[in-house]
Amino acid sequence: MQRSALVCILLLFLLLFGIGRARPDSDRQDYQQIANGRYLATLGDCTGCHTEPGGKPYAGGLALATPFGKILAPNITPDRETGIGAWSDDDFVNALLNGTGHGGERLYPAMPYPFYTKMSRNEALAIRAYLNTVEPVQHEVHSNQLPFPFNIRAGLLAWDWLFFTPGRFEPAAGQSAEWNRGAYLVQGPGHCGACHTKKNFLGGDETSRALQGGVLQGWFAPNLTGDPRVGLGGWSVDDIVTYLKTGHNRITAATGPMSEVVVDSTSHALDADLRAIAVYLKSLPEREEAPKSVADSHPSMRAGNAIFADQCAACHAPTGEGIANMFPALKGSSAIQSADPTNLIRIVLQGARSVATDAAPTAPAMPAFDWKLSDAEIAAVVTYIRNNWGNTADPVSESDVRRQRSALAEEEP
Amino acid sequence: MTRKLPPVDAVIVGLGWTGSILAEALTRAGLNVVAIERGPWRDTSTDFPTTYAQDELRYRIRHELFLRPAQETMTFRNKTSETALPIRHWGSFMPPNGVGGGGVHWNAETWRFLPSDFRLKTHLTERYGNSILPPDMTIQDWGITFDELEPYYDRFEYLCGTSGKAGNLKGAKQANGNPWEGPRSRDYPNPPQRQPYGPTLFAEAAKEMGYSPFPQPSGNLSQAYTNPLGVTLGPCTYCGFCEWFGCGNYSKASPQTTILPVLLRRTNFEARTLCEVLRIDLDGSGKRARGVTYADSSGEMFEQPAELVLLCAFQLFNVHLLLLSGIGKPYDPNTGEGIIGKNYSYQVTSSVDAYFDQKNFNPFVASGSIGMCIDEFNGDNFDHSKLGFVGGGYMGAVQTNGRPLETVRVPKGTPQWGAAWKQAAAKYYLSSYQAVTHGSCYSYRDAYCDLDPIYTDSFGRKLMRITFDFHQNELKMSEYLTDRLAEIVQKMGPHHIDKKPRTGPYTITDYQTTHTCGGAIMGTDPTTSALNRYLQSWDVSNLFVMGATAFPQNAGYNPTGTVGALAFWSADTIVNRYLKDPGPLVRS
Repeated sequence: MQRSALVCILLLFLLLFGIGRARPDSDRQDYQQIANGRYLATLGDCTGCHTEPGGKPYAGGLALATPFGKILAPNITPDRETGIGAWSDDDFVNALLNGTGHGGERLYPAMPYPFYTKMSRNEALAIRAYLNTVEPVQHEVHSNQLPFPFNIRAGLLAWDWLFFTPGRFEPAAGQSAEWNRGAYLVQGPGHCGACHTKKNFLGGDETSRALQGGVLQGWFAPNLTGDPRVGLGGWSVDDIVTYLKTGHNRITAATGPMSEVVVDSTSHALDADLRAIAVYLKSLPEREEAPKSVADSHPSMRAGNAIFADQCAACHAPTGEGIANMFPALKGSSAIQSADPTNLIRIVLQGARSVATDAAPTAPAMPAFDWKLSDAEIAAVVTYIRNNWGNTADPVSESDVRRQRSALAEEEP
Repeated sequence: MTRKLPPVDAVIVGLGWTGSILAEALTRAGLNVVAIERGPWRDTSTDFPTTYAQDELRYRIRHELFLRPAQETMTFRNKTSETALPIRHWGSFMPPNGVGGGGVHWNAETWRFLPSDFRLKTHLTERYGNSILPPDMTIQDWGITFDELEPYYDRFEYLCGTSGKAGNLKGAKQANGNPWEGPRSRDYPNPPQRQPYGPTLFAEAAKEMGYSPFPQPSGNLSQAYTNPLGVTLGPCTYCGFCEWFGCGNYSKASPQTTILPVLLRRTNFEARTLCEVLRIDLDGSGKRARGVTYADSSGEMFEQPAELVLLCAFQLFNVHLLLLSGIGKPYDPNTGEGIIGKNYSYQVTSSVDAYFDQKNFNPFVASGSIGMCIDEFNGDNFDHSKLGFVGGGYMGAVQTNGRPLETVRVPKGTPQWGAAWKQAAAKYYLSSYQAVTHGSCYSYRDAYCDLDPIYTDSFGRKLMRITFDFHQNELKMSEYLTDRLAEIVQKMGPHHIDKKPRTGPYTITDYQTTHTCGGAIMGTDPTTSALNRYLQSWDVSNLFVMGATAFPQNAGYNPTGTVGALAFWSADTIVNRYLKDPGPLVRS
């Protein structure tokens, strides 16, 4: 009697203080949790920042160029000294969902915790469980390479107060499960807005213009709303799925920073998730009013027509319709009519290689024209393709091209 | 000092069409494959982009895509009584260089040989008796039949996206296709290219004369196409910069546009460019290849051991490497014994130039292989018993280009420079037309390759020596074919024609075609062939030799279709039979 009471007390004690602590929430014995974590890490494209090209997976060191300076992505392998091996699960959850570092310091929002916060604690733990399984790499990374005053993390308290709303994703009532899944993926792990939403001067999202496009790293991340002219209104759900899955579709091809996203993340996503993303994006209301089309008699249009015939029509076709999965269409293309012509000018100057995936390995590329066409000629042909075949967009000026030409010259190779 | 590298499963010498086809098949089968290529890496948008791909001076005149004779050349003579001299500027043929090889700069004329071509000697002697063959002609059967090769022709055509029209589907003749072709299992993957005015007019004239004109099968695509490997090509834009040029529009079938994008994603594939293979290394028995020795661009020497050596270089260089490596017995024209270097052959082309008054052919609307052809005078499709020759070729109006430096025709008798020449050139740029014949070239006892006794290359290796001349049989054939062609052209309504049959002696300085053949021929008997029917060396069973090197003689077609088909045939045999039980696939 006495003995069994003792056992009971002991068991209770173990339960309260022993077993509960001995078994961490992220469990390396749990296949399902690890597999979930791997898929979430893929959706969240952790590797996009935390793996250097040619480096060991998740060992960090990739420099992110922000408008404020350089930040190096830290080592998130389970190495105890230089990675996150010594972190508790709570530390990890706090960092991922709340932007709070191991020592309580604020993280720079280059880490997309304002998006990841939409995930649940269990999802964060699953990611942790997966990261615990990757090879620990001893690799010291000094993340904070920002100049004064941005290197003072205390400033981030104010940033968070202004721009960070912690909290899990709440499904919208009245929307389908598919729509809600898409909304969660876009707003949460997919962190599409990190690039596709314009930032204000403090680097915070202009939430009133969510997913209407933003500039970063010398590229314009295009408008993802349902806008038919500059967004995805002209794309079918299948077009979006095919694009995210293969990097190519009947309209366009992924290049620039988006090619990394396709290779590391979206090409590995489940078709059902890509469909959900597409359904959600297509539901976002159009916001942009079309500018007046540039008249055919405009000198740029006349010169552009001739340059187009000589330099562009062989691939993009005289009709501007391009070749599906090969050469992007210009007619009706949202990328061409985008309010911000950064990508257009950049691609004409520098050329671009589209992304290769297992499903679409060809990776056709456009050659550079910087040595062949002057600023004025590029301005003319870009203005022409933005305003021909029913396209409508603001003209591009010679100085727009000149500005970008010098920006590219300064860009690190 | 030579550095010995870790062994690989297979080493490929030369990364052109055949090297790429084999690398794809073997890496898919799980082998670790290293391809060693003498020339540079080449890719469409970086090396022949649309922005300057049509630079005729750079590519056509200055040979940008081709091997430099200073790097490697060969010596040439017409007859054994002459002293051969080194070729210091390419003329008659253009040895390719770099990744993609000849697949980068070809016109993409993608033919199948006739069924009788593969059993040529048997066929001709059965039909005409032994006496029809000149005593010094050394033609042989291939040891493989058309029907055996048909599935592999099909593989190559579907890889390339060949545009054409079937003439014989499983034995059933098809209207508007080539009625003389061997039975094919299915139609071409893409419809024919659109025909410009010249070929259209030629086809009308040919039809009127009772012939059956058909569109030339083209590796320049009539429409966008995704091949079985998942690689997509764009449609041809008819710019007319094909042969001598790389296609900037991804619309000419080449290793770059059909295979390499997939190969590059395979972690068990590696290409080493700007590395020259110096020899194939044999073990002590001389019956097994250990691998290859090569030099990189710094002159560093490496030995790459491999279980399997695949010789996939251009025809001439395959023969050269075999001779340098001491594989097989070198051919001796005096005794007729030996095999390596034997049966070197070529192609016998000719043309009819026609000048019109009121016609505009827009010659710049062109593609390397758009055209209308007839096959009535190819192979043994016509009775040779009273003609005094054997062989034949296709003929037709093939509008390959209207390039301003190269394609300026003036009637015979026009001054070669000055105001009169300029006037005639301007007058006839649009209103002249050239039709061509593409004839067979059979093999002879005195046409062969061996090592030159005098000249060496920069590595101190003996250069290869080519001894070759046209024979009366071929010249008579060319005359006959050119006459038949002239009859059709005459019907097109010119006011003047110039017949240009091939005449002897063979000249090494005038461009004709790059269809050099033979030197390590395939067959059924190790005393008369270097390779068995699977392109495996009789002497060294872990060595396979690809390309037109294996042709016992050349047929009246462009060779690449057959080169591609043989590569697929050999690759299939290696994967399905050889790898399971390495050793000779045919007992000698």
